[in-house]
Amino acid sequence: MKSGIGLRVAGVHHAYRDLSVLDGLDFDIPAGEVTVLVGPSGCGKSTLLGILGGLVAPTQGQATMRGTVAADCLNPLTYVFQDFALVPWRSVAGNVSLVLEDSALSRVERAARVAEVLALTGLSAFADAWPKQLSGGMRQRVGIARALAVRPAVLLMDEPLSALDAQTRGLLLDEFVSIIARTGATTVYVTHNLAEATRLGQQIVVMGRRPGRVRQIIRIETPLSERRADDPALVAIEATLWDLLRHDAADADRELADARI
Amino acid sequence: MPESETNIVFRAGGYAPQRVAWASVATLVLLIALWQACAWLGWMSTAFASSPVAIGRALVDLAASGELWGHLSASLRRLAIGWAIGTAAGLVVGVALGLFTLARSPGIAVVSALFPVPKIALVPLFIIWFGIGEGSKVVTLAFGVFFPTVINTLAGVDNVPRGLIRMGQSFNLRPWSILTKIVLPGALPAILSGFRITTSTAIILLVAAEMIGAEKGIGAFVLQAGNLYDTDNLLAGIVVLSAIGLCISWALGALERAWLRWR
Repeated sequence: MKSGIGLRVAGVHHAYRDLSVLDGLDFDIPAGEVTVLVGPSGCGKSTLLGILGGLVAPTQGQATMRGTVAADCLNPLTYVFQDFALVPWRSVAGNVSLVLEDSALSRVERAARVAEVLALTGLSAFADAWPKQLSGGMRQRVGIARALAVRPAVLLMDEPLSALDAQTRGLLLDEFVSIIARTGATTVYVTHNLAEATRLGQQIVVMGRRPGRVRQIIRIETPLSERRADDPALVAIEATLWDLLRHDAADADRELADARI
Repeated sequence: MPESETNIVFRAGGYAPQRVAWASVATLVLLIALWQACAWLGWMSTAFASSPVAIGRALVDLAASGELWGHLSASLRRLAIGWAIGTAAGLVVGVALGLFTLARSPGIAVVSALFPVPKIALVPLFIIWFGIGEGSKVVTLAFGVFFPTVINTLAGVDNVPRGLIRMGQSFNLRPWSILTKIVLPGALPAILSGFRITTSTAIILLVAAEMIGAEKGIGAFVLQAGNLYDTDNLLAGIVVLSAIGLCISWALGALERAWLRWR
């Protein structure tokens, strides 16, 4: 069942002290769809995701959530972190259970939910493992399982595959497609990887270099389940994205190098 | 030029000390044996430093007469109460300094000003304030334990990755849950290593306080034996203090192995 929650970004500006990172963003994130944010380094993608998740207070403007949250949803806006953010002193099951422990769920209901999401993410056999015993891909699976345990209305994914090797990225990307399709959660996905953007995005928001503005919004109507990496239409969209980003990415890279010198 | 072939030499060894339990025991046994040998061979005067065998005999006599248990129980009671009060207060203040802006700057200023003050110098003041009885001794211990506990707890809280706290907030965990399930477990390694320092500090202050004003306690017993040039009993008291330190160290090691096995 698709999530009925959509988001709206209205006149959002943000600055870290004197450094302006977002400049007047206005767009909608449709309910039940995957919106991908792409843009050069430092354009404010993660800051925007933080604003959508209530972890960053915008300097101006606001983000709003529209629609009705399902009764079993414990945390409508749920984050999946780039660095996994697993507590190392809890087992895999303990990490998932952590986010349910303040809810009204009984111990039995909690255990059932933990078992369900571990099964969904292929982690049942690792329930008692410590995070340090897992590979990067497995750790991010725990991050996904933890997010799914609260039955989110919106999944906010901050470069969830960037810390992983190419093979694991490919495998997990396919799993994301299947999990997103199954849960129907509205998803906002930040990435630098344009192949990921075209594989997942139903709406791709292309941001310009800092201070980030929306340069273009591209829609892809091909259903997620029918997308293939070698699909000529997707490859063409990837090329378009690269054309849009190439100069900004080079400028951002030079700016970063100058700042380091 | 002719090609040469050279073996690649392994160069990445060391820097990874292992725990060898038997080596700890063997070292202590060896040192005691050496000490005894020196006494037997007449290389040291037993009038100034008794032999291990004489100290052992003194310990057996003290235990058999019940004198040892009286002194030991008085010291252990003071140690436990003083350490527990200082640790509890230090943990609360350390966490507050680590988490709250309002507490941090004023708190760090006060801690920095008072931490370097030798706590033994304050014993006479505490005797004036709290009397010669148990109060002044317990306060001396608690005061000495408080500051290192604050500093270690603060360092531990500061080292908890903020990303984990943000994670907790992003899942709407209550502040109490964030404190007890994220902040405190994350700070635990630093807190436990602080316990090693504070237990040693507490033993030092215990002896000092008992030497200044107590009838019972290992510190008072050691002072009394010293006044009588009774080196057997004096060193027996020191052995007891050392044994207390060893037992605490072993207990803390066991706690670390149990609570930090995720590392």
